[in-house]
Parts: sequence; structure tokens; C-alpha cells
Amino acid sequence: MTAHSNVPRTPPRFSATFDPATLAEIRRAAATGIYDIRGGGTKRKVPHFDDLLFLGASMSRYPLEGYREKCGTEVVLGTRFAKKPITLKTPVTIAGMSFGALSAQAKEALGRGATTVGTSTTTGDGGMTPEERGQSQTLVYQYLPSRYGMNPVDLRKADAIEIVIGQGAKPGGGGMLLGQKISDRVAAMRNLPKGIDQRSACRHPDWTGPDDLEIKIEELRELTDWEKPIYVKVGASRPYYDIALAVKAGADVVVLDGMQGGTAATQDVFIENVGIPILAAIRPAVQALQDLGMHRKVQLIVSGGIRSGADVAKALALGADAVAIGTAALVALGDNDPQYEDEYQALGTTAGAYDDWHEGLDPAGITTQDPVLSARLDPVKAGHRLANYLSVMTLEAQTIARACGKSHVHNLEPEDLVALTVEAAAMAGVPLAGTSWIPGRTGGY
Amino acid sequence: MNAISPDITFDLADTALRELNAALHAATGESNARRWRVLNPNGRHAVAVGINAPLTVEIEGHVGYYCAGMNAEASVIIHGNAGVGLAENMMSGFVHVRGDASQAAGATGHGGLLVIDGNASARCGISMKGIDIVVKGSVGHMSAFMGQSGSLVVLGDAGEALGDSLYEAKLFVRGSVKSLGADCIEKEMRDEHKVLLAEKLKAAGLEGTVDVAAFKRYGSARQLYNFHVDNASAY
Repeated sequence: MTAHSNVPRTPPRFSATFDPATLAEIRRAAATGIYDIRGGGTKRKVPHFDDLLFLGASMSRYPLEGYREKCGTEVVLGTRFAKKPITLKTPVTIAGMSFGALSAQAKEALGRGATTVGTSTTTGDGGMTPEERGQSQTLVYQYLPSRYGMNPVDLRKADAIEIVIGQGAKPGGGGMLLGQKISDRVAAMRNLPKGIDQRSACRHPDWTGPDDLEIKIEELRELTDWEKPIYVKVGASRPYYDIALAVKAGADVVVLDGMQGGTAATQDVFIENVGIPILAAIRPAVQALQDLGMHRKVQLIVSGGIRSGADVAKALALGADAVAIGTAALVALGDNDPQYEDEYQALGTTAGAYDDWHEGLDPAGITTQDPVLSARLDPVKAGHRLANYLSVMTLEAQTIARACGKSHVHNLEPEDLVALTVEAAAMAGVPLAGTSWIPGRTGGY
Repeated sequence: MNAISPDITFDLADTALRELNAALHAATGESNARRWRVLNPNGRHAVAVGINAPLTVEIEGHVGYYCAGMNAEASVIIHGNAGVGLAENMMSGFVHVRGDASQAAGATGHGGLLVIDGNASARCGISMKGIDIVVKGSVGHMSAFMGQSGSLVVLGDAGEALGDSLYEAKLFVRGSVKSLGADCIEKEMRDEHKVLLAEKLKAAGLEGTVDVAAFKRYGSARQLYNFHVDNASAY
């Protein structure tokens, strides 16, 4: 034994600032000279619905009997101007995801699952596929800056139109579908050569700003004889003003996507550093609707990290009319399933962490255009799994609503909630648990 | 609405726009009433949008945004100027403006022919996807930005950054080009291009009046088709 062996040593200690992930990214950037691109939403921990709890009924409020008393879940969207509003049986909808980013089988499965439970699904950048339209009872047709695949025939087939201004993963950003996912079919739908990177613009080509948007909405209404609800989707950044301007422009429905919302492919630095969590965005959005006297008249759909019926209930309690799920729906279909662990390992990742959706090598056959991989996903079975999951979310939301004494999930309200953290209390505008303190409730947004 | 056989006339001074558009959508193209006249458009937006039949619509005056938007099969003639997004996302048919057109004329159009007798403002043919556009005057900056396919023929001059981030749209300009956008280059005008240009000019009613040899051809250098960090400064 040497003389100094008994001297306590400083153990290896990683820097909180330069943690292993940060160091690895610096080395990767130094080796490649290019930023990291990936799919999905933010992976950092942000204040979320987990930081809220419901106050179940007790002395001052009466709960509803779980197996006997009705708790409604239906939602009607597009009641402001559209001749044909949409009625859904559950407030959980499927968010826009493109054919191109996803396989045709995955799009079909989304339609099947949504239709089974009476909710809507949504197209994406790249147009409407027959499989998707055929299997979707209620289909929302996205109107995006690229206008890939946009045509009046499909527009007339749609049940609603969603004008996409931004998405939560990348407010202010466009997109790119890399060449390896541009199959013959995807290329044909987008009027571009096979194999090239397809850029999706970040701004619409024929309008700029809210005044123009009002005119664009009028055009879309005239095109479709004022039948279809028109949604406006924004990424969460300045929700009070964005929602107010969307309402001013004539939206029937506004869709607000937080930074946890996924993308098919975007720079990691964008995903992790631009936009705000959905928890912080709902109350300003609702406030804008209330200030305009339009809450519940213009419906609010929120998305970004919705995983369970509890998340649904919390979003509705904060004032949303419905939610949309994307990442969670893909997981229900089979994305990141441990059964493909060996293949995830071969790709240098592991089940649950796979996010190179842009590369088109998805072992689960969802975020790919490879015919062999795509064929792994059975649209019927995957659709059934999604339907099960949507049903569970709906039942869970009902369970919570009944516990709070509500005969409809829309009757949930901020007063049913408390927060576990000061941050969540401030963002959600509900008291810190055990107190009456709502930080920051002295001014507007 | 006053029916003047065989035409149908809508006077927007006393008829709601949505009545006009709904009637146009209801027309089958098989009826006798294939010629429509629209009076007093007075700059209204979304006039004659979404037509899906081989009608002929003549608009007597200026129109606002998105006139003839998403047109399919119909011929729409505007006896005046047109606002932003004329014939946006047109699928087929023919749109002809006798005056000038504002920004984004023919934006994202998939097919058909758009003829502009006067000048077109910025971003003419932006993100075009198969439409043919013939501008007898000049076009503004960023025209044919991200143009995917189709052709833009300009008898006058083109502004800054013509064909920026161009894909496979074919551009022909007779006058000067202030500057070319990223990845857009002048290309050799071979015989097949002269034939193509002559076809477009003929379709626009300019056969024999314009010398195709006076045009220069511009297209994509295809250097930005697949993102590479070495090209980052080009964006």
C-alpha cells in the first residue's frame, strides 16, 4: 500500500454545463461540420401536464358515479362559419403527418384507428392519399406553404381544411424531406424528381400576415362553398397574439402546437430551442379567445406531448376544446417497439430513443418509404391498436372528469387544477398545490 | 342575376360573391350557359374561384386577390388588373388578364395557361408545379422562386433573384434579368427549347409576333438538390 492511497480522492465529476450529451454533440459537430437533424419533438424536460393535479370532488363538489352517470366526450368543431361542422365522439384527434414522412400503411392505419373511435385524422405536407381518405371517416386536409399535392379535387373531398402556419417543433421553420424518402410515388405527388431533397417553405407563397390570411380564408371558403370548417394551426410562441389574429382572420378552429410536438425532420437545435411548452401556451390562447368573446365559439385544439387521458383532461380543463396527438399515435401503431431492438441497435440507437425518422430506415415500417420495411406494418392491426389507445385516453379523461363532478369533459375548468411546481403554477395559471398562490397573475400576456 | 341567353351575367354590385361562385361550381359544362359575364368586380377577392368545368367567364373590371384560384378547365378573362395570387394553384384551363397582375401570379399552379398582358409583380410563378405563364410585360423579383415544373415566359425584363432555388421549371426571358437567384443559371437555348417556347407563345396567341431567338433560357444548376454543408453559403 502506498503512502498516498488513504488520501480521499475527488471522484470523476461531469460538468452540468458540459454534460456527456453536450460533449458528444460538440465532437459530432466537429467531425461532420453539419448540424444534427432528427425527428420528434423536444427531448429536454420542460414544465408539462405532469406538474398539474386535479382536485377531486369531496365536500364542496359532488362526483359522478363512474359506471352509471353519463360524462359526455363529444366535440363539435367549426361552428363559427362552416355549413358543415365536424362532430367527433372524442376530443382526441390525430395531428397532421405527411405521406412521405410516413408510409402509406401508417397513414391508412391512422385513418382506421381514428375512424373506429369516431375522431378525425389529418393529412400533411404531400397531399391526400386514397388509402387515407378511404379509411378516414373525418379527414382534415392541410394547406401548407409548399402546397405539395394540393388540388381542388381533394380539397372538396376533405371534411375540414387546416391552414398550417407553423408547428410546435419548429415555429418559424419550414421543412425538408430528404431524398432517401422520395420514392416514385412521393415524387409524383409532389411534382418533383425522385431522390432529391424536398424543401418545404416556411412561409406561404401567396399571402403574408394576418390581413392577407383573412383574404386567403375567404378564398378557401368560396372555393368550397362555405361548407368546410377552416382551422388555422400555429406553433406555440406568442399564443395570445397568434390566436387573436387567427380569430380576426376568420378561423373556425385554431390549433396550437407546443414544442413537444413532433416533426418528421428538423435540426435538433431548432427543436430544442425554439417555441414554448404547450403548458405555457394554453392559458394565453384561451385568454385571447375570451377577450374576443370567442371562447367555445372558435374551438381550440392543443397538441404537443399529449400522452394520456390525464393530459387530455388537463388540456381541456385549461380551456381547450380538443387535443391532437402525433408522436403518441405513432407509438400506438408500433413506433420504437422493443420487438425491433436488435435492428435499433444496428442503427446505433435503442427502442424508445430512435429519432432518425428522416433517414427512412424505420424498423417498425412507419417513418419510411422502403417497401420492405413499410410492409411490416399491418394497417388493420396497427389501426386497431390506435383505436384501443384512443379509447383508453377517452375513458381516462372521463374518469377524471367524473371525479371532479363533471357531466362532460368540457366542463372541466382551471379551478379543478393545482400545480406541483411554481413554474407550472405560473404557466397554467392555477394555484400551487396547498396554496392560493398563482405566480404572475398581475398582468396580461 | 339577369339571364341573357345564352350568357349568364352576374352583377357583383347587387349580387353576393358567394352566389356567383356557387353558381359557377354548380355549372356542369354541359349546359348551354357556358359564357358568363361578371360586372362590377370592383377589386373583390376570390372572384371565380374553384371552377371545375369548361366555362368561359369574362370579368369586366379589376379583381382583388386570388381571382380564378384553383381553376380547372375554365377560361377566365379579366378585363382589368388582378390582385395578389391570380390563378393560384390553377390545375388546367386558361386565365388571361388584360392588365397587370400583382404578386404571386400563378403561384403553385399545376397546369393550364396564364397570360398576363401587362406586367406581373414579385414572385410571379412562385412554387409553380406545371403551369405555363406568359407575361407580355416584365416580372418582379423572386419570380419562379422554387419553381418545380412548367414554364415562365417573360417578354420584358425580370427583377432580382429570378428562379431562386429553382427545381425543374423552365424560364425564358427576352429582356434583361437583374440577377439570378441561388442555383439558377443561364442555359443553352437548343432547338427543343425553341420549339417548346414557340408552343407556349402560340398558345398565348403570340405566334409569329415574337422571335424565339430573342429569348434566353434559364434553369436549375441542380447544385442544391441535395443539401450539402459545402453549399450552405448559397442559401
